[in-house]
Amino acid sequence: MLDKMIFGRYVPANSVMHRMDPRAKLLLVFFFVCIVFLANNLVTYSLLGLVTLGIILLSKIKIRFLISGLKPVLLLIIFTFLVHILFTKEGKVLYQLGWLEIYEGGLRQGVFISLRFTFLILVTSLLTLTTTPISITDGMEELLNPLKKWKVPVHELALMMSIALRFIPTLMEETDKIMKAQIARGVDFSSGPIKNRIKAIVPLLVPLFVSAFKRAEELATAMEARGYQGGEGRTKYRQLHWGMIDSLCMVGLVILTGVLVLLRS
Amino acid sequence: MRITLEDVEYRYQANTPFEHLALYDVNLSIDSGSYTAIIGHTGSGKSTLLQHLNALLKPTKGRIIIGDRTIEAGRKEKQLRSIRQKVGIVFQFPEHQLFDETVEKDICFGPMNFGVSEADAKVLARKAIQHVGLAEDILEKSPFDLSGGQMRRVAIAGVLAMEPDVLVLDEPTAGLDPRGRKEIMDMFYDLHKKRGISTILVTHSMEDAAKYADEIVIMHQGSVFKKGSPQEIFSDPVQLLELGLDVPDTVRFQLKLQKELGIRFDKPCLNIDDLAIEIDKAMKRGNR
Repeated sequence: MLDKMIFGRYVPANSVMHRMDPRAKLLLVFFFVCIVFLANNLVTYSLLGLVTLGIILLSKIKIRFLISGLKPVLLLIIFTFLVHILFTKEGKVLYQLGWLEIYEGGLRQGVFISLRFTFLILVTSLLTLTTTPISITDGMEELLNPLKKWKVPVHELALMMSIALRFIPTLMEETDKIMKAQIARGVDFSSGPIKNRIKAIVPLLVPLFVSAFKRAEELATAMEARGYQGGEGRTKYRQLHWGMIDSLCMVGLVILTGVLVLLRS
Repeated sequence: MRITLEDVEYRYQANTPFEHLALYDVNLSIDSGSYTAIIGHTGSGKSTLLQHLNALLKPTKGRIIIGDRTIEAGRKEKQLRSIRQKVGIVFQFPEHQLFDETVEKDICFGPMNFGVSEADAKVLARKAIQHVGLAEDILEKSPFDLSGGQMRRVAIAGVLAMEPDVLVLDEPTAGLDPRGRKEIMDMFYDLHKKRGISTILVTHSMEDAAKYADEIVIMHQGSVFKKGSPQEIFSDPVQLLELGLDVPDTVRFQLKLQKELGIRFDKPCLNIDDLAIEIDKAMKRGNR
């Protein structure tokens, strides 16, 4: 039932994207998300589109799979598109039907904002699709390391994040299992009046919470039993390697930023 | 109620990189009032198969006929609730599905979803709790205050209270102590005999399969490998062992006797009394 979700999932493969340093990927995605907002005309948006397409090709992830993964957010994209097209009143009137007027500016804004959304979602999903959760947190921890000077518990934050990421699939599986068990007992999650459907969530949430708490406690015990005592003096099995390709990509991003600034109107 | 599977195939997450063929070419029919055991390795498709039996999963190819309903691949189905009332599933570790304030409410949950009135559901709950061998005063307690074994029984009672015609059990005794295991298995057998409930047991325990089932289905890598009575299935223990599956202790003992002492047996023995008789026969034959 939750099969279609691709956000936060890792697809093993051997591609340039997969081999890159997670620190580089995190920085790249972070800055890419920022520079997406620089685009404001046809040229800049097409340039971003090309770059996004390039990244997708580099990742060796099937485009069809990515698009099917976009489906859950499609509604949001369509909604923003409609809001813009109906409420932005700039430029020429392109179409009129009674009170409904579509302006040129509205159409432009609608298309651009939806594209912006699509790029953001694609690129951030690509990060998690090509990077194991554990390397994401490793990269995160390394990047945040300077903050230790100000007593920010970087290691603990990274650990929390990796545990959270680690347990997303487990919780999904658990949800699926409990849902099935309750469906077998006659619960109907997907049809019937809204009131009943909201009620139907209780038999799902209670067992889910119970098992999540139990799991958390077991995990804590298991970690303590294996001598975990925080980040102090902890060494790393997986070392991060910043390679040529990572530097190249960073340079590429800087150039892209420059070009975007030049081309934007 | 008869359940028939025709050319059933099931793929998890079709059309994604995670696509996984879990079942293929499954042809199986389960007669009304029978006791069928499904055996196989983890990953052989047992659990996927049993979720088809009440339309929790729909086949990606083929069809399933459950009583008078046909579930066909690629067709939207409505009103599956009637199927789910008739086919009750006890999942692995069913105690994870408990949620209500009191045991009684939790047991009543199933029947009331199927339209039974509260008063009738309470009667059913009382009956079900007796079936699983718990005292009635447990009905007022919170299910989360019970021991693991008691929780298991309460969860099973929750399914029994739906009064299904077919009962599907997915390793119902995993993680229980030997005594609890025997009690629960005997209880299911009793229900099967007395009420004529068709029972489908998914298990790793060859002993249980040999002891209770009239029909054994062996699943291997997503398809039915062999199907037959316990006698038929265990008449070729070497084949089962080669598949990496176990055989009942008695059959293993026979095999050893055969190998080391050269004693030949006419049939596989599925319990100790039978084995004693057969050994006696073989010895007499040998002494002559």
